[in-house]
Amino acid sequence: MIGNIKILVHQGMQSIPDITNAEIPGPFRGTPVITSEKVDERALVELCPTGAILSSPMRIDLGNCTFCGECAFAFPDKIRFTKDYKMATNDRSRLIVAEGKAQPIMLDPDLIKREISQFFKGSLKLRQVSAGGDNSCELELNACGNVNFDMGRFGIEFVASPRHADGIVITGPLTESMATPLQNCYDAVPDPKIIILVGTDAISGGIFAGSLALNRSFLDNHKVDLYVPGNPVHPLTFINGVLELIKERKNNLAEHRIST
Amino acid sequence: MVPPATIQNNSTIHLKEIPVVGYEDFLETNVNLIGDETHHCVNYFGFHYQNKIKLICCIANDQDAIVLISSAELEPGSIQGLPSFTARHLSFQLFERELHESLGLTYNDHPWLKPVRYAFNRVDQNASIENYPFYKIKSEELHEVGVGPIHAGIIEPGHFRFICNGEQILHLEIQLGYQHRGVEALFLSRKKLLQRTTLAESISGDTVAGHTTAFVNLWESLCGYPADQDLKFARTVALELERIAIHTGDLSAICTDIGYQLGSAVFGRLRTPVINFFQEWCGNRLAKGLIRAGHNHFNFSRDLANRLEKLFDDYERDFDEIWGEFHTLPTVLGRLEKTGVVSRELAASIGTVGMTARASVIMRDIRATHAYGLYDLFSPITIVKHHGDVYSRTRLRHDEIIQSMVYLRKIIRKVPSEPKVRVSLSGPKPESFGISLTEGWRGEICHCAVTDEKGELLHYKVKDPSMHNWLALAMAVRNNEISDFPICNKSFDLSYCGHDL
Repeated sequence: MIGNIKILVHQGMQSIPDITNAEIPGPFRGTPVITSEKVDERALVELCPTGAILSSPMRIDLGNCTFCGECAFAFPDKIRFTKDYKMATNDRSRLIVAEGKAQPIMLDPDLIKREISQFFKGSLKLRQVSAGGDNSCELELNACGNVNFDMGRFGIEFVASPRHADGIVITGPLTESMATPLQNCYDAVPDPKIIILVGTDAISGGIFAGSLALNRSFLDNHKVDLYVPGNPVHPLTFINGVLELIKERKNNLAEHRIST
Repeated sequence: MVPPATIQNNSTIHLKEIPVVGYEDFLETNVNLIGDETHHCVNYFGFHYQNKIKLICCIANDQDAIVLISSAELEPGSIQGLPSFTARHLSFQLFERELHESLGLTYNDHPWLKPVRYAFNRVDQNASIENYPFYKIKSEELHEVGVGPIHAGIIEPGHFRFICNGEQILHLEIQLGYQHRGVEALFLSRKKLLQRTTLAESISGDTVAGHTTAFVNLWESLCGYPADQDLKFARTVALELERIAIHTGDLSAICTDIGYQLGSAVFGRLRTPVINFFQEWCGNRLAKGLIRAGHNHFNFSRDLANRLEKLFDDYERDFDEIWGEFHTLPTVLGRLEKTGVVSRELAASIGTVGMTARASVIMRDIRATHAYGLYDLFSPITIVKHHGDVYSRTRLRHDEIIQSMVYLRKIIRKVPSEPKVRVSLSGPKPESFGISLTEGWRGEICHCAVTDEKGELLHYKVKDPSMHNWLALAMAVRNNEISDFPICNKSFDLSYCGHDL
């Protein structure tokens, strides 16, 4: 017992105090900035392993990007990844970052269902479904609940049963074999409910896009409430994205997020 | 009989150098080899080749640091009713089930010829994951418990079917395949090296360093490219850091499963600085983007070396303190000791690898037996435990974390500098076979590749250590309480996606 108390004292407070303004150490690859520098566009497009780079005008689709950073190494004057980890949005088209002026990625308040902030702002219980996920996003979602990120302090938690959940969080490129279990799990969540796609694989299929082992038809039939890009997602990207989704908004007016 | 070809880890030979023998001889040769305890099967697979089915079997000789490669070719009309390797040695069971599923080979004496992963390109398209043929017992005394594919925690999907007598597990059958993404087929259809490297990083996202190292070592070997010291250095450091990080996270998860909250919190938070170190080094907490064939974007600077030393000092202090408490608590030991036992005999017959093997006194560690990277600098010592229970697998993690820190402390003071001129990679050699073995944190990873006459990939085979070890979990829980299943499962911590590919 005394040993346990000693450890508690030695460990002290471990959580990140300000989760919305925390800084990630080292060369994090977050929201990219694309300059209007003239480069060999074909070579740049050709370089990307997942076809996330689109030309004329140059754009990067973060829903398809593996964040390997190879484009920035090859064309450092053209592409630079910033340390802005707030990349989650509810509008798929906002994940496409265009050449020119750098803009933070935000949610579109008009697309958020009214009941989300009404019911979930102080408490959101989520059921996670890995549908072909490689266990990297899963590890990071687990990390969201550890003592460092401590997502539970905002009332956001992962629960064991879909019947206790307010929504599902999907990782992985959505395999054929998981199509039925995923649908069953979603059906078991009581209304109102949300869907969050976590990681590049879930959003677009990533490096697995087009594989014959996938079945992404679930996404054709359901509206996604939040896209969280990353490979894997950083816990700060996920937590901040979810907080933005469930927070109370006055007058439904577009708000300007403080960019980091 | 023609003896098998002999090659070393991370080397490539011409396809013609692999003797092609009749199936009966092929079977005899490999089964006899594996009868010797210093040998084990690291990969056995088949593919369509010149209108035939070519089988390649790779048996590692752990004493002499060589791998013995033999092959057989079957006419499409002669793949039914073959005598199985499995009837002679159980460790071939999953490889032959895979051959059955993907190429349609059938065996007259395979005891368990069931689907492996319901691959999209399986021969029997009528077989469906929803109709898996589970083992049944007719008894009114017994009951079945089905768990999954979706589990209570944030983990990957897989289905566990228990047959229980009251609270006691009599039998567990593990049905996988939910994670199948078609990885091996994508290795062939994605032509760019960066795409293939990204695929390797995604085979199992908790073993990024392990699988990517296996891939780049294999690719460099296929291209006849000698990797510079700094590349080997980076890969070795990444592999050992990954081991420390995941082992620490597993200790946290083991604490969670037995309800020891303080251990769960402290081990969990101790993992954070280790993966954050990857973040500082390469911009990704799980090391995606770090390992590349023929080059490296992220130099390991003097500054990083200093920080890693500081990190280890801080880590070790807290780690020793919580471990000291954890492993002396009677309530902890009561849950871990004599739970989920895998005997040495069982572990050997299944052909277990990595941690699972070492926790049951089997000296199986590629770092020591088939050295690569900078491991020859450490003279690696294989740590083994003797009881094969959950406690052995837990204790092994502790000891391996300490050992990895010892290894890394030895080399981080001597960071090799980047060469002034880096030779660039050419293409893979034509009509060649290459093999690469890497000891990931779970155990032995094996990647094999075969190229055609133009040097294009003809076949790519990935073997995650989980392929060998899932059966060990199914056997370990027999006669245990079903409530001990989570702790048994966590003590193995096997990969679903690594198995399903």
